[in-house]
Order: sequence, then structure tokens, then C-alpha cells
Amino acid sequence: MSNEEEIYQEHILDHYEDPFHKGHCPCTTHAHEADNPLCGDVVRVELNIGDDGVIQDAYFDGDGCCISQASASMLMEEVQGKRLDDVKSFNAQDMLKLFGARLTPNRQKCCLLSWQVLQSAIYSPVNGSSESREGSQEESS
Amino acid sequence: MTTVPDVATFDPEIYRADFPILSTVLHGRVPLAYLDNAATTQRPRQVIDALVNTYEKHYANVHRGIHWLSDQSTDLYEEARENVRDFLGAETREEIIFTRGTTESINLIARSWGDWQVREGDEILLTEMEHHSNIVPWQQLSQRTGCRIRFLPITDEGEIELSALDTLLTERTKMVSLTAVSNVLGTVNPVEEITRRAHAAGALVTVDAAQAVPHQTVPLREWDADFVVFSGHKMLGPSGIGVLYGRAELLDAMPPFMGGGSMIQRVTLEGYEPADLPAKFEAGTPSIVPAIGLGTAINYLRNIGLEAIQAHEQRLTQRAHEVLAEVGGVQLLGPAQEKKAGIVSFVMDGIHAHDVAQILDRHGIAVRAGHHCAMPLHKRLRVSASTRASFYLYNTLEEVERIGEALHDLKHIFRRE
Repeated sequence: MSNEEEIYQEHILDHYEDPFHKGHCPCTTHAHEADNPLCGDVVRVELNIGDDGVIQDAYFDGDGCCISQASASMLMEEVQGKRLDDVKSFNAQDMLKLFGARLTPNRQKCCLLSWQVLQSAIYSPVNGSSESREGSQEESS
Repeated sequence: MTTVPDVATFDPEIYRADFPILSTVLHGRVPLAYLDNAATTQRPRQVIDALVNTYEKHYANVHRGIHWLSDQSTDLYEEARENVRDFLGAETREEIIFTRGTTESINLIARSWGDWQVREGDEILLTEMEHHSNIVPWQQLSQRTGCRIRFLPITDEGEIELSALDTLLTERTKMVSLTAVSNVLGTVNPVEEITRRAHAAGALVTVDAAQAVPHQTVPLREWDADFVVFSGHKMLGPSGIGVLYGRAELLDAMPPFMGGGSMIQRVTLEGYEPADLPAKFEAGTPSIVPAIGLGTAINYLRNIGLEAIQAHEQRLTQRAHEVLAEVGGVQLLGPAQEKKAGIVSFVMDGIHAHDVAQILDRHGIAVRAGHHCAMPLHKRLRVSASTRASFYLYNTLEEVERIGEALHDLKHIFRRE
């Protein structure tokens, strides 16, 4: 089995076992959560988006298979400190490429769950910060 | 090879040769171990030949043409019905309705009997371990009529809490619909007792026997249920064929389900007159060849004997429990081995069912991972997903032992050992 075909390669398992920013974001301005009821994977993404349109902090929490959780960890690491414009243009293909290992269509869904949640989260200001967030999105768009 | 005694009395190798698909080699190196029989079974050469033979020599539409081929096709189709009747132990051929499967059978009951008999405030009693096919059609009936769905609770061990019948079974209960064998837990439910108590309360009983009929001689008379439903594809037959057994006088009184050809006596521009049983419930061209294939599958099962098959599955289940206990870090779902059928669902500590199935697949082992069409049950058991191995007559102890090897590999990959 080539390394590209190996789902359970070292760096993917590293993200699964020791994830980047798993837990709650200290100053959440935007958040979204979704699940894949077919497998039971759940991912929540919490973001702190600054007035300058930069993601100051990106955290995830969740439960599910190795692919769904490791990919969430990779994605948080990827978007930490990135501008919203860059995150918006980060598409599904980019996500699959970031994950690295080649996936069957069924398991691509696991990998793309956190990406979908992130893309929704940037449009989902949490209560209390909605005014400033909407403002910042207008500025950035 | 094994610690289980009496294995010599049943040799699955004899039958494996009949199943072409079982000789598949996966990933260029590992033999297939097909352990997803609760989802669907494989077909022996005899069933495949029956399908080909029918299409090549006997196929036409049934109950229609005044020609030789149509007579041939009709005879074979009705012979299959008679075979099902005899296999099940039903009294008359009118009680055997061919459907496309268990799901359609339950939908037929919920539509025909349900819309006819159920009113707002009435109750349908299910259990927490039902397959979605025995939940959603009743929820749809509830949307149409305003009836209430109630659920018999289960214990943490996955058995129905019978004491709950005292409060849940009332004069408002119109139907109790339950599975004979859980497709996730393998639990064998006390259908006889529940039917007796339901009937005493004035309710009818539907038994989802999709996981029972393929594996045991069902005690139709002792169950005394009003409806019994099952699928052909879970018992070596083709997909697209299923059975609804119903008491003749009840089926006779029920309004037709789907309308169309075959189910009518005559049609005028003003209306129609329904046909007699069983045609009344078989609108349109039926699954002719799949029904004939089901008849052949029944012959195949009869030749081996369901008692021998059941005993063999018990040995496989017992060995699976031993193997999983040896692996460690495995939570088994459902009751003790002696209380269940050949279905073994489990959860690995800290490893998701899809990752388990992915690694098992590398070892050539086909299992089901997820919620197995029983989301409410998984919620009740507080697990998001599980892995299920389910057995049939062609599975071997060696295949069961391969689960153990694969799980050790899984634990190694996930750095658990």
C-alpha cells in the first residue's frame, strides 16, 4: 500500500491522538456545529474573528472517526491566523489535498465535515458579538 | 482449531462451494470473509441458476397471457407462493402476499390496515430496538391520523422490559409491532408472550421477522401474530422480493394498498372492484423471477435444515464472543450469547466503528459499521455507532477468528497495544 493510499498514516494519527486546538475558543465570535447522522460524526467549530477580518483563533470539538477528527485538527491549524477571504476561497478540493491520503467517496464525507462546519461558522456570529461580527464581515467582503 | 465442541456435525465448507462470490480474493491478497449477513446474504449457484433458467426458458408476465409461456411463468410464481406458505406453516395461499421486501410489507400494513382502523388518540406500540422500517411507516401513519406512537423500553442488556406492558398496553393500543430478532443486538424477543398480552388487550400484532425467518423455524402458530413480514434477500434469495403473511379474514377485510393491474376484478370508468386474495395486494407486474428465486432459496435452506443452521450460527456467535473478549477494550452490545441470534455488535474503546470496519476490510472482512438503520436504539444505548458481524450457514470459525487478528492489527495501528 503506497503512502498516499494509507489513511492511517503517522501524521494523520498524530492529529487524531493529539489534536490542534481541540476544545473551546477563549473568545468565540463565530461558531457552528453539524453532524453526519449516517456515521455519527459530530464537529463544532468556534472562531475568534478579529475586526481586521483575520481568524485570531480557530478551535474545534467533536466526536467521530479518525478521518473526521484528524481532518478537523488539520483544518484548524491551516486557518489559524488566516484572512477570511483566504478561508472562503479554501475549497473542498483544497481540504482533501490538505488531508493528504486518498479517500473513497464515502469517507470524503468524513473529511469534509469540518470544512463544511468552518465555512458555515464564518457566517454564524454568536450571541453578543453579532453586531461587531456582521460589521467585520461587511468590511472584509 | 477451536474450543467449541460438536463442530464436526456441520461443515460449512460443503456449502461454501455453492456460493461463487465467497471465493473472492480482496485487495489482491486476502480471501473475503462475508460477515454482513444481517444486511443481506449471498446467493448459491442453485438460486442464480433458477433466475437464469427462468429468464431463458419460462419467462412471461403472470396471470395474464393466454399463451404457453405465461402459463409456465404463472405456475412457477404460484409454486413459489406455495413453497413460502409451506415453509412458514401458513394455512392458505391467500395469506401469503408477495411484496418487494420487509419495508414494503410494513408500509402496506400501515397504509391499508392503519388508514382503515386507526384514529386520532389511538396508539401504536413499538419497541426501542426497532429497525427504521418498523418506525417510520408508523410515524407516517401518525402524521396522517394523529395516532400516538409509544415505545416499549429496553434494558441496558438489550432486552424488552416486559413489565412496561402493564402500563403501555391499554384499550387505546391498536397495534403492537415488534421485531422477532433485533438486527443490531441479536436479541430474540418473546413474541409469543407479547402477542398473548396484546390480543388480550384487543390489539393486533405485527412481527418483523426479517432476521428470524432465514435462521430458524418460526413458530407461526405459537406466535399467533396477525401479520408476519420478511425479505427474500436476507435468506439467500434475490432482492426485490418479500413476504407479508396476514390472517386471511383480516387481509380480506382490509382495503387494497396500491392500485393498478392484477389487483382488480373489473374496472369501469366509474370505479373498480378489487380482486380476491392474494392478488388484491399485488398491483402491477410483481417481482416474478425474484419470487421464483426465493422459492429455490427456500428449497436450499430446507435441504440443509434450519435447526442445523441455527446451531452452527450459535457456535459462531459463541466463538465471536470469546474472540472479542480476548482482544480486550471491546464493549459488546446486547444480551448474553445464549439469549441471542447470530448477530454480534460491538464498540471499540476510543475507536470509531468506521475505522474498525476500514481495518477489517483490509483483512478481507466485510462487516457493517454505523447505526444499522436503528438510530433510536443507538441513542438509547448511548453509542454513536457500532460494528456488526452477522453470520450465516456458510461462515466458518476460521473467519470469526480472523476478526480477532484484524482487531489486534487495528489496536496496533491506533497505538493501543
